[in-house]
Amino acid sequence: MSLFRAQLRREWFLLIQNNEEVLNPLFFLFLAISLFALATGGGPDVLRDYAPAIIWVLVLLANLLSLEGLFRRDFEDGTLELLVLKAEPAFLALLAKVLVHWAFSGLAMALLSPLAALILYLPTSALPTLMLGLLIGTPALSLIGAVGAALTVGLKRGGALLALLVLPLYVPILIFGAGAVLEQMAGIETLAQIYWLGVITMASLTLAPFAVQAALRVSLEQ
Amino acid sequence: MSFDTWSDFFAMGGHGLYVWLAYGAALIVILLNVFGVRVARRRFFRQARALERRARELET
Amino acid sequence: MALTDTLRRWWHKLGSPRWFYEISGPWQTGLAVLATLLLLVGTIWGLAIAPADYQQGNSFRIIYVHVPTAIVSQTAYLLMGAAGLVLLVWRMKLADMVLAATVPFGMSMTALALFTGAVWGKPTWGAWWVWDARTTSMLVMLFLYIGLYALRQAIPREEAAGRACAVLALVGTVNIPIIKYSVDWWLTLHQPATFKLTEAPSMPAEMYLPLLLNVLGIYCLFGTNLIGRLKVTILERESRTQWVRQLVGSSGR
Repeated sequence: MSLFRAQLRREWFLLIQNNEEVLNPLFFLFLAISLFALATGGGPDVLRDYAPAIIWVLVLLANLLSLEGLFRRDFEDGTLELLVLKAEPAFLALLAKVLVHWAFSGLAMALLSPLAALILYLPTSALPTLMLGLLIGTPALSLIGAVGAALTVGLKRGGALLALLVLPLYVPILIFGAGAVLEQMAGIETLAQIYWLGVITMASLTLAPFAVQAALRVSLEQ
Repeated sequence: MSFDTWSDFFAMGGHGLYVWLAYGAALIVILLNVFGVRVARRRFFRQARALERRARELET
Repeated sequence: MALTDTLRRWWHKLGSPRWFYEISGPWQTGLAVLATLLLLVGTIWGLAIAPADYQQGNSFRIIYVHVPTAIVSQTAYLLMGAAGLVLLVWRMKLADMVLAATVPFGMSMTALALFTGAVWGKPTWGAWWVWDARTTSMLVMLFLYIGLYALRQAIPREEAAGRACAVLALVGTVNIPIIKYSVDWWLTLHQPATFKLTEAPSMPAEMYLPLLLNVLGIYCLFGTNLIGRLKVTILERESRTQWVRQLVGSSGR
């Protein structure tokens, strides 16, 4: 437990100090949303219909941006190697890393989503579904993304490759997350999709750390 | 036989373009896969023999 | 028990790429012959003999290309997941080679399935592309294949690349049922159910049999292609060993 807490604290302070790492993806999110508004002429009807899709897709992409920094700093200064080889059990330390990362990405986006909903004319009745979906689905984004980040951390220009590897795996989360909001807007019960997001997050929580560990071992060999 | 004449066969009741596009693409892909292996194998032996030759030349 | 002993012995033998190289020749030839026969008979039957569908006309004959390629592309992905697991758990070199050797065939089959599906869609529903459950799942799977290929290219060291691809293949395989389920559900959101990709509900035998032949034939083709690529990979990776150098020496010309 103390390993977990120590790692948590370390990650937290590191990210607060290097906060451009976490702020840039959030800025990107809102900048890109604005781009959509600009490109479609800003009409409420168009934006309202596409709001769930726009928000969810951009959350996915902003998450990708933030994943780049997940392992890179530790990889470059050698602490990642120490973590994978020495930490007992390593997956707890990795989980702490991902948890803090999620707090500054997925969680932050979920908390900021009312703002996004506002500027895209998303009806307030759909907001709880949006926030709940983001809250429950984004941990899976961080966990699955961590696998991709672990596989590409040693590579020179891993950014595009990371997107290619991770986005197909994100598809179910996108479908259920955006779908839930769309269904809600159409007046249908949406608990099923939220449950599915929960299933995916739970499954990722149990399986991803091992995949991350295996991937890190491979990356560290190089 | 489902077709009366060869031209009927090629026309496929108006759908000829689509049917032959699909089968043609399939044939090309399969041939590429089959010959891809042969080419790779031949390339290996060619390169390996050249390496051996050069190694022997350097020894003498 | 005798069976488990034979299995265990066979498993250990698989650890030797050389053993596989030496015994697989006849299998490769046999599967090639089977594949040619099955595909020839199946295709001719499907193209010329089977009756036209009363709704779709002759364009339905594309099913004899589309369905086999779609099926084999999915099986190939599962095989890669299994090979990845074997590599990570048992460190069997051959498993890494199986993974690498399956990617080209599997990827080309997936692309072919998508292409033939599009070509089939145009006369049937008037559109080259439709976002329906099967096309979407297949498209995502194509991206998974491409990712595997790109990852292997990006990592210079062979062993590391193999293990990285094994992790990715395994993660992809676990995800595929979820992806399919989500895409299926997603479709019921919008779809007014006018597009029913030929579910082949009850096809008369004369339409169904050529399909079966082509499916079996394409599996045989997969097998022979896989063995062929494996043999080349084995040669390349074991090129410094005595037995390979002997082969090279005697290949004279």
